[in-house]
Amino acid sequence: MKKTVDATGLRCPQPVLEAKKALRELTHGQLEVLVDNSIALQNLEKMARQMGLASASQNLGPDRYSILITVGEGAEVNSQPELVEAARGTVVVLSSEQMGTGDPELGRLLMKSFIYALTELEELPAKVLLYNSGVKLAVEGADSVEDLRKLAQRGVEILCCGTCLNFYQLTEQLAVGAVTNMYEILESQMAAGRIVRP
Amino acid sequence: MQDPDFLVGFDQSDDAAVYRLSEDVALVHTLDFFPPMVDDPYLFGQIAAANALSDIWAMGGEPKTALNIVCFPEKMDLEILRRILQGGSEKVLEAGAVLAGGHSIEDVDVKYGLSVTGIVHPERIYTNRGCQVGDVLILTKPLGVGIVCAANRVGEAAPQAVERAIQSMSTLNKYAAEIIRKYPVHACTDVTGFGFLGHLHEMLGGERHAVIFSRAVPVIPEALSYADEFLITGAAQRNRNYLEAHVQFAPQVPFSVEEVLFDPQTSGGLLVSVPQAAAQDLVAELQGLALPSAIVGGIVEREAKEIVVL
Repeated sequence: MKKTVDATGLRCPQPVLEAKKALRELTHGQLEVLVDNSIALQNLEKMARQMGLASASQNLGPDRYSILITVGEGAEVNSQPELVEAARGTVVVLSSEQMGTGDPELGRLLMKSFIYALTELEELPAKVLLYNSGVKLAVEGADSVEDLRKLAQRGVEILCCGTCLNFYQLTEQLAVGAVTNMYEILESQMAAGRIVRP
Repeated sequence: MQDPDFLVGFDQSDDAAVYRLSEDVALVHTLDFFPPMVDDPYLFGQIAAANALSDIWAMGGEPKTALNIVCFPEKMDLEILRRILQGGSEKVLEAGAVLAGGHSIEDVDVKYGLSVTGIVHPERIYTNRGCQVGDVLILTKPLGVGIVCAANRVGEAAPQAVERAIQSMSTLNKYAAEIIRKYPVHACTDVTGFGFLGHLHEMLGGERHAVIFSRAVPVIPEALSYADEFLITGAAQRNRNYLEAHVQFAPQVPFSVEEVLFDPQTSGGLLVSVPQAAAQDLVAELQGLALPSAIVGGIVEREAKEIVVL
């Protein structure tokens, strides 16, 4: 079943509303919406994407565009990008200079041996992310600098949160690893095959 | 040839033009007018005036005189025009400025606005460039008025949402500006047609990077549900097209929040970049005002894109 909505001459958000109304009555088949400007077309594409529906757009000539939205079984597309495919090994997240909660002194000792244990692993993680007080592990004079260096030399990416270094006023003292930003911190975790948080 | 007293012009996409008259006085000029976004002519007049006056405060100035600009259909009821002008003149008065005249022409549609002149100390001009790494960004009005007006146009907005939008749009930025003036300001602009992200992009000027905490951004709550219903505008999509390359949304930021951040605002709030040390006190004082103000992000060293929205 195919249905057509002529939304030419209508101003946003009207074309989208007309399309939504028509989609409600369409259990499966195709809905074609005609509009007279590319911005309205883009808003319709956005709507289809958000609703998880497949769509195809066409420029039919000056001031005339059409979008074909497919509804029904098997028509839904996954609007979320496939994250698993992007898996890039293991990411270790050190969000504190201590391991676990409890006595701070014990926490620091545990963290030190955790990082040492990392260097002994046969299969190394792809990345080590350090943020909040975790960045203190990578600055001059810190107990774990040597171990982190060993990891870096063996190809592990050591990434320290720049905002955090700034906050603790340690930017100048960074001894190992690169400065990173929130987006990379997030993206690394989203794309990780496995996340390890001691 | 450039006049050395012409301090701020269009080249930096700033809010108003500034011309220095003497060592301590500069003129601030601005002009803005548009078609109605609400049904009530009196409220439209108020909003158009609040919007036009705003540019003066965004530059750190004080409005002094204003001139009406009117387009009005010959056959329309003049009572409507009277109400528009009444709304406008009340806001000019509230701003502490003088309505000094104006000009009207016959047109097929109604349009109204003002040309406003203010003064500012040449050393206390807030340009929209100048934010520094470590600065905190503060916004003084909720976002979403464009979406609410769009929803209202198609009869889908709840009365309380429209009321909130009108309250926000008709509130003068004067009150926020009077508080902000007491603090060190690195950059300031008002959020209008290019949306929050568009005006932030101008502020960053290709030199700075910003992180925005989307959950902290004040929003008219209904605007989020309307965005989820796709009650979205063409102007927001144009903003998105223009800015997309500069903005990175973290995966968990919902579609509705993206739309609100691109949503063009009429008479939006001030967006200020202030040193961290001043931010807490400033925002605490701003929170005593009728509309919500909040710390919405900060200027950072470098990021994957110019603006990262978390």
